[in-house]
Amino acid sequence: MRGEASVIDQIKDFASWFFVSGDPLIYGADVAIALTTAAIIFVLSYFGKWGWLWREWLTTVDHKRVGIMYIIAALLMLFRGGVDALMMRTQLVFPDMKFLSPEHYNEVFTTHGVIMILFMAMPLMFGLFNIAVPLQLGARDVAFPFLNSLSFWLFFFGAMLFNMSFVIGGSPNGGWLSYPPLSELTGSPGVGEDFYIWGIQVSGIGSLMTGINFIVTIVKMRAPGMTWSRVPIFTWSVLSSCIAIIVAFPVLTVTLALLFLDRFLGAHFFTMDGGGNAMMYVNLIWMWGHPEVYIVVLPAFGIYSEVVATFSKKRLFGYGSMVFAMLSISIMAYFTWLHHFFTMGSGANVNIFFAISTMIIAIPTGVKIFNWLFTMFRGRISFTTPMMWTLAFIPCFVVGGMTGVMLSVAPADFQFHNSYFLIAHFHQVLIGGVAFGYFAGLYYWWPKMFGFKLNETIGKWAFWIWNIGFYVCFMPQYVVGLDGMTRRINSYGWDTGWWAMNFTSTIGGFLMGIGFLFQVWQIAHSIKFMEKDTTGDPWGARTLEWSIPSPAPLYNFATTPLVTDRDDWWEEKERIAAGKMPKEKPKLEPIHMPKNSPIPFIQSICWFTVGFGLVFHWLWIAIPGFVGIALTLLAHSFNYDTDYYIPVDEIRQTEAKAGRGV
Amino acid sequence: MNITKLMRLPATIGVLASTVLLASGCKSMIVFDPKGPIGSQQRDLINITMLLCLIILVPVLIIAAWIVVRFRDKKGNDAPYQPVWSHNTKLEIIWWSIPIIVILILAIVTAKYTYKLDPAKPIVSDKKAITIQATSLDWKWLFQYPDQGIATVNYLVIPEKTPIKFELTSDGPMNSFWVPQLGGMIYTMSGMATTMYLQADETGNYMGTGANFTGRDFAKMGFTAKTVSQSDFDGWVTESKSGGSALTEEGYQTLAKPGTSDRMTFASIPSGLFERIVHGYSMSRGAPPGYTLKAKTLSGEKALEDSEGGQLPPGNNAQKDSPDVGSFGSGHTYHKLDNHHMYHGK
Repeated sequence: MRGEASVIDQIKDFASWFFVSGDPLIYGADVAIALTTAAIIFVLSYFGKWGWLWREWLTTVDHKRVGIMYIIAALLMLFRGGVDALMMRTQLVFPDMKFLSPEHYNEVFTTHGVIMILFMAMPLMFGLFNIAVPLQLGARDVAFPFLNSLSFWLFFFGAMLFNMSFVIGGSPNGGWLSYPPLSELTGSPGVGEDFYIWGIQVSGIGSLMTGINFIVTIVKMRAPGMTWSRVPIFTWSVLSSCIAIIVAFPVLTVTLALLFLDRFLGAHFFTMDGGGNAMMYVNLIWMWGHPEVYIVVLPAFGIYSEVVATFSKKRLFGYGSMVFAMLSISIMAYFTWLHHFFTMGSGANVNIFFAISTMIIAIPTGVKIFNWLFTMFRGRISFTTPMMWTLAFIPCFVVGGMTGVMLSVAPADFQFHNSYFLIAHFHQVLIGGVAFGYFAGLYYWWPKMFGFKLNETIGKWAFWIWNIGFYVCFMPQYVVGLDGMTRRINSYGWDTGWWAMNFTSTIGGFLMGIGFLFQVWQIAHSIKFMEKDTTGDPWGARTLEWSIPSPAPLYNFATTPLVTDRDDWWEEKERIAAGKMPKEKPKLEPIHMPKNSPIPFIQSICWFTVGFGLVFHWLWIAIPGFVGIALTLLAHSFNYDTDYYIPVDEIRQTEAKAGRGV
Repeated sequence: MNITKLMRLPATIGVLASTVLLASGCKSMIVFDPKGPIGSQQRDLINITMLLCLIILVPVLIIAAWIVVRFRDKKGNDAPYQPVWSHNTKLEIIWWSIPIIVILILAIVTAKYTYKLDPAKPIVSDKKAITIQATSLDWKWLFQYPDQGIATVNYLVIPEKTPIKFELTSDGPMNSFWVPQLGGMIYTMSGMATTMYLQADETGNYMGTGANFTGRDFAKMGFTAKTVSQSDFDGWVTESKSGGSALTEEGYQTLAKPGTSDRMTFASIPSGLFERIVHGYSMSRGAPPGYTLKAKTLSGEKALEDSEGGQLPPGNNAQKDSPDVGSFGSGHTYHKLDNHHMYHGK
């Protein structure tokens, strides 16, 4: 009897140590997670969908499906990051409210930042890459479909590892970039920082591989006739973003690896004790971190360019300038990192160099704004949802850019640094630039993904609520920033006079939350009352992806298109409208396709296991994970059965079903 | 129902209201209400850069609004439509050169002010600068006056119209020392000492704060920079020297432990303490490696969290009307404890 009781006690002790306890909000989350998991398992079993899930999704290497999975995961993360934001805003309404304890608040803003940048913006971006790039190029898939699937699953399990910290062990609480010495073992003895390191590390490897994959795809897989001056502008933006990825992400991997060595082995890379230097970490993390914001915003620029041209019914103005501007931004991104610590005490010469190198980026960015405006000039603008988001982006990003230039003036930054002014600035460029762009892209390519348009009326409601909420939320933050309110504080004195602005800001935050709910409603409503798109080109668009049925068939293009123009599909439509013969298509041939593979999914689980074991310092879990990774690598290396051909008959049938005679 | 039209009105009202709000807010924003030479120059610089940016911003927004209205896809719109027009070298040269010129001007202004406002550059004055050594601790500020031989915690007293040389370091996580009305901020970092000169031209109480996140009670790292006349300052120094208790080495070790603190005044300081705080890091060994420790989860941390009795961080006006900042002696209590302890190996 006594022995049993002590085992039960041990289990109890372990559980109360292992699971985060003592916070009603987290108990609520535990229940929600348990219920959701049970519901998913029940539904899949009830409808007998496990096999379908495995064959069609978990093992797929099809770029369109991978893209859809990225987007679903990103939208879930947007929800989680958004709830974090609203919790913070709630706490700040009444500074002496005990809604979030200081530690919990620190965890919430840390996870908000990490999730929004790394587990929301990045996967949403990769999702759109996957959906649009191969189709714009006239390709069958990306250059390395297997690697693409592996990239997705690494991101997914990295994100899961990071999110797990919420209920198991405790979330990281050192800020989204985890500056040492706070993030060292001395400052953060909990497991949260290790979750941070491994969650980002695992998904970061996936991001690097995606960068390589898309560079190769764009360089090698363009349809015949697609010279560099005929590459669609979104694809150019993806190329410039990927160039930045392959330079930046290795820096992140190394930085986090060094921090892990500090924490795990007692190394001294970033501790002043023992000869390290914390400022080295700050340098390294921003060498990744500043290019990172250009990585996520460049594809948004590409989306705006596509959308503006399509909905102005006009060619993009200044294509050459646009391409040059994007490529130069991706290179100049590497000369700006130090503006994140002008206040470090480095000399005037260093500060001047980085102040000016930062300001210079405003030049190509400004030029792009003019080019977008002059694409609309003498066009015919229709106000569809993708176009509305694009139009809203222009004033928002121009103001955000202006405050960015103000921040880059080093001596003025001594006043803005780490204040709410900075918070308002980067939310303005990241929401106004990146989130608006991805929403525009999502609405724009939605019919290509699923074969139906999203409801425009609800979409416009969502748009207006979002936008009004945005300004109500972030404009007051500029004011409190200039009034001395620093970022990351969970409470402030009533005598500071910051309450009214914080209260207004919170209202805006909740408005954006309502805007998000409208978008969810929009998707649900559109699925229920969908109108099938039979044309494949519901917007009257310009590039190749609109020349095939929606949703795109497995093999994308029945015959490889021959490109003769920049807006090839638009020109083709013009030719047909003018009564000329459409371009001749080559004869159908069997199509070479990659086979599905379970290895990316299994290997990513192994990575997850390694990460989890190292977070808790349990080598008995980490080592089998490493063995699993090695075995899956070997298994894939000796697998020669990786491809197959789709016969001509099957292509003909598929095309006929989509209403196209071949 | 046309949503676009329906929403246009609230959106316009919102933008106008926020403009008014921002304009009226400017008066009370403390960055725009500087009380010293550094702060005033920074305010001027902010205004110059804002104006330079607005020169581009306002016309662009007007042109954008005009284009969007003029070229709507609406029946009977007689605006010209040129679907193929997509290049014009002259126009592109114009809008490449506009930002280039503005950035060029801005770069020159920035370079000039960066030299002028280099924080480590002494302020020219007839009066000799007073040195104050500020150390950010978990979660409080220690200010030592080496020339006067006194020290304070969480408040500063400085004479007006006198340059102050702040020497900054940290004994714990990296923080940032910020007194907005006197001038900008500079990071405090363990094992390093940074310098910043500031000066106050008027008497008054100014809000100071730590600006770089340092963990649990970071929000409570506000302090008051009380500016008094020279004679009041001398009086305060004498009073502090006679009234308070001494800061000893052991006293400092206790003070450095994580926890918040009330204001304190010390009548004497051990000589060379600041230098030892800075140099201590390069001498010592760090934390034991993580694999030797049992992983800590947050459940344990949460149990240790204490509430500090609902005390709110100090703000920018609170101290204005409050009675004179006096000596709190050493009758303070320390909160919390071993779990967050920094292993400095000292």
